[in-house]
Amino acid sequence: MSLISLSISELQAQFRSKAVSPVEALEALEARIQAVDGEIAGYLNRDYAAALKAAQNADVNLPLGGVPIAIKDLINVKGESCTCASKILQGYRAPYDATVITRLKAAGAIPFGRTNMDEFAMGSSTENSAFAITRNPWDTDRIPGGSSGGSAAVVAADEAFASLGSDTGGSIRQPAALCGCVGLKPSYGRVSRFGLVAFASSLDQIGPFSKTVRDSALILNAISGHDPMDSTCLNEPVPDFTAKLGRDLKGVRLGMPKEYFVSGTDPQVDQAVRAAIKQYESLGAEIVEISLPHTQHAVAVYYIIATAEASANLARFDGVRYGHRTAEASNILEHYGRTREEGFGPEVKRRIILGTYVLSSGYYDAYYLRAQKVRTLIRQDFARAFEKVDAIICPTSPEAAFKVGDRSEDPLRMYLADIFTIAVNLAGICGISLPCGFAQVEGKPLPVGLQLIGKPFAEAELLQIAHAYEQSTNWHKARPVIG
Amino acid sequence: MKNYLVTIGLEVHVQLKTRSKMFCGCPVEFGAQPNTHTCPVCLGMPGALPVMNHQALKMTALTGLMLGCTIPPVCKFDRKHYFYPDMPKNYQISQYDLPLCLGGGVPLHQLAFPKDVQKTVANPDKVIPLTRIHLEEDVAKSTHFDASSGIDFNRAGTPLMEIVSDPEISSPEEAFAYLTSLKQILIYGNVSDADMEKGQMRCDCNISLRPEGQTELGTKIEIKNMNTISGVRRALAYEIERQTACLDRGEKLLQETRRWDDASGQTSLMRVKESEADYRYFPDPDLLPVKTEAIVAEVRPFVPELPATKRARFASQYGVSAYDAGVLANDLPLASYFEKAAANARNPKNVANWILNELLSSLSNTETGIEACPISPEHLDELVNVIDEGKISGKQGKEVFAEMFATGKAPGVIIEEKGLKQESDLGAIEALCDQAIAANPKAVAEYKSGKLASINFLKGQVMKLSQGKANPAVAGEVLAKKLA
Repeated sequence: MSLISLSISELQAQFRSKAVSPVEALEALEARIQAVDGEIAGYLNRDYAAALKAAQNADVNLPLGGVPIAIKDLINVKGESCTCASKILQGYRAPYDATVITRLKAAGAIPFGRTNMDEFAMGSSTENSAFAITRNPWDTDRIPGGSSGGSAAVVAADEAFASLGSDTGGSIRQPAALCGCVGLKPSYGRVSRFGLVAFASSLDQIGPFSKTVRDSALILNAISGHDPMDSTCLNEPVPDFTAKLGRDLKGVRLGMPKEYFVSGTDPQVDQAVRAAIKQYESLGAEIVEISLPHTQHAVAVYYIIATAEASANLARFDGVRYGHRTAEASNILEHYGRTREEGFGPEVKRRIILGTYVLSSGYYDAYYLRAQKVRTLIRQDFARAFEKVDAIICPTSPEAAFKVGDRSEDPLRMYLADIFTIAVNLAGICGISLPCGFAQVEGKPLPVGLQLIGKPFAEAELLQIAHAYEQSTNWHKARPVIG
Repeated sequence: MKNYLVTIGLEVHVQLKTRSKMFCGCPVEFGAQPNTHTCPVCLGMPGALPVMNHQALKMTALTGLMLGCTIPPVCKFDRKHYFYPDMPKNYQISQYDLPLCLGGGVPLHQLAFPKDVQKTVANPDKVIPLTRIHLEEDVAKSTHFDASSGIDFNRAGTPLMEIVSDPEISSPEEAFAYLTSLKQILIYGNVSDADMEKGQMRCDCNISLRPEGQTELGTKIEIKNMNTISGVRRALAYEIERQTACLDRGEKLLQETRRWDDASGQTSLMRVKESEADYRYFPDPDLLPVKTEAIVAEVRPFVPELPATKRARFASQYGVSAYDAGVLANDLPLASYFEKAAANARNPKNVANWILNELLSSLSNTETGIEACPISPEHLDELVNVIDEGKISGKQGKEVFAEMFATGKAPGVIIEEKGLKQESDLGAIEALCDQAIAANPKAVAEYKSGKLASINFLKGQVMKLSQGKANPAVAGEVLAKKLA
């Protein structure tokens, strides 16, 4: 196996035995990026010189010592660009490190490269980037999923050992499923949001993409924990997330929500997920049918809450202090209008307008307040289910990757791509997507993702359950042929 | 001409005296170089998050306790949206439907009213009820130049407490008394210096007029930009006059915001409010709701003695007049000075008199604050005691006082240096009296024939003979005895 295909654990073993140095690993990675990223467009930019310097000084005995990690372009890394794939932040350089970056650096990791995304994380295909359309490494005519499509694609294409993304309604898990890698959305409050450019503050959470479940556990170990800079980052104990990996599944109960196994899901996806469930049974897990009765309302609730919060969060992009500023404005109102008209793409504008509308006087109770009430019901659905089961098992996405341009004219259909992932964010619980097979579409294999959903702050158990399946299959070892 | 009833409500913004800003660690400092106290949080940089300043919550809770507010068990913070360059996030973190404090009131008192009306106020002890007190962040400060504008974000994020009164203020003078009383209480609680000229206390006034007999309130007009408490009074007086004239002419008033110009003494139209602004409030998802019980328990021991209690105590404990007690308690540092000076005084009332007359006029003549007073309270007490004991005369006392104020020396030292000790030795005074009687037979005869005032002439002679050192009271007694 080539150096660039190694998992973090394998790479670290090479570092520590001095078979490979961090500089050599970085050089190999850079060569790979130069070879394939022209086709994938997973990266918006990267500072190789700075990363090389960090690699030269890396301490390989640290938990992530010398490991380069790609960063979604909405997480602040001091001195690097942070555009959120938006023209409104073109040329903007971050003046500080996000807490996750401070922690990654403390663990010895090297933040390397800014990955493409849907503008301000709004989208499910990465087509909403103002700068590039990232391609799915398994079929470059297809999208990688989104919004963290760049972070997923670079890991799947061996252009990164791992990456960070953010998940507001499925933005880590859905692209991980579509690109065939592991993607973890931690529980809300597990990882600090300080330095993550906010899309929807009550839903956003940073998480890892990796080639193996163990690697996600290693990264989560580094980035988790209370942060005095983020009031919503809870002071929960942080276990060693690798501690339970390798334990068997005796006595583990997995819930199959009937609302997630319905017509509308691609038959090949359905088949792959059901096969995975069979596999779990053979590993000793007990499968229990459960119900999450308010599932049908999740998408509607999400698009009210997320857009409402986004309309406020994105108000700061006004060209007064930083970012794009219109060249032609004769008064302050015109300045705001033109700056934002020129700076934001159509999906972002659509969501700002939706969010502004649902918060408007006279509509607040009917939309925002009601959505919050339904959100509580959705949270209760999960709480009840978790009285019976240890984790929930279902598809990550109802279908495999679709073609570039296929959905861009139909926002509603695009919104349904997140139908199985959104409720997890609304409930604030954790979820992981891992490869569970392939759908054969037009003669090409397209990855299918299995989603496991865990109790709040039960990432260690979730990773254990995911790891047991992963180790009993070879799906995670498959690599796309690029070019 | 009809008579109109005036309804006034005030919204007062108070900058809290915290060391750091409301949601970040930047220092709060007035007058620093522009944009030197900023960080990603108070500049609204992408990805920055607010973190609650616990001290600001405590100070607001303390204010609530001082003003008798109800503090509900939970309060929360909301985003209030509007676009303006001095607003870094284009939303302000404020409190909408669950503020920290509800109800309460500001008690007025006679001396809080403007001097010219103090004697004629009908209801000097009125309590102005409050609607609420909430906490929010201040915006940046805009400065407009000829062709451009500058924004100083040092102020952005300063903790700001908004105190909203019920519309129960019925005259400009009452508004003046309300602000004066409120300011005193804020200073007593050490939550703000509440200096309007420094922008530490800012006041928006809502005023409406309605004809006598009408129950429905008239059109509400908001006035902004007053920089002093007397400016608020003048602005309101101007508005009453202006609105009265409009109504008398049969004009219909529009709901509008007007700007007060202190120099011209007039208000002018800023904008007409066609509809209520839609701020699209919603709970800030970056901040958790705040449980107040522990905060209230934490600050309750710090509720100070309030001005009204202090006034009453000064009168009862020290026997000073109600008026003097009021003047002393109006100014917390002055009140503390008085208490220190009066602590061991034989006659605290005299100490109060010396403070209110000699000391205040010397301080004002030299433009010195009581905090920088060259005479320590202990020295003043000593001086008053020396006079009360008759060791020096009142006239000598003034001389000693002047020297104390100029040099900061102890009165005993000055008396010694100047050889000012008053003669109270009976034998010595008797001898002087005998001399005076012998030298002034005419005055003695007059006194004996019933013109009792002549004794004052003789007393003056005794003082002269003693070069002013004789105790005049003793001299008077001796003379009276000798002439009886």
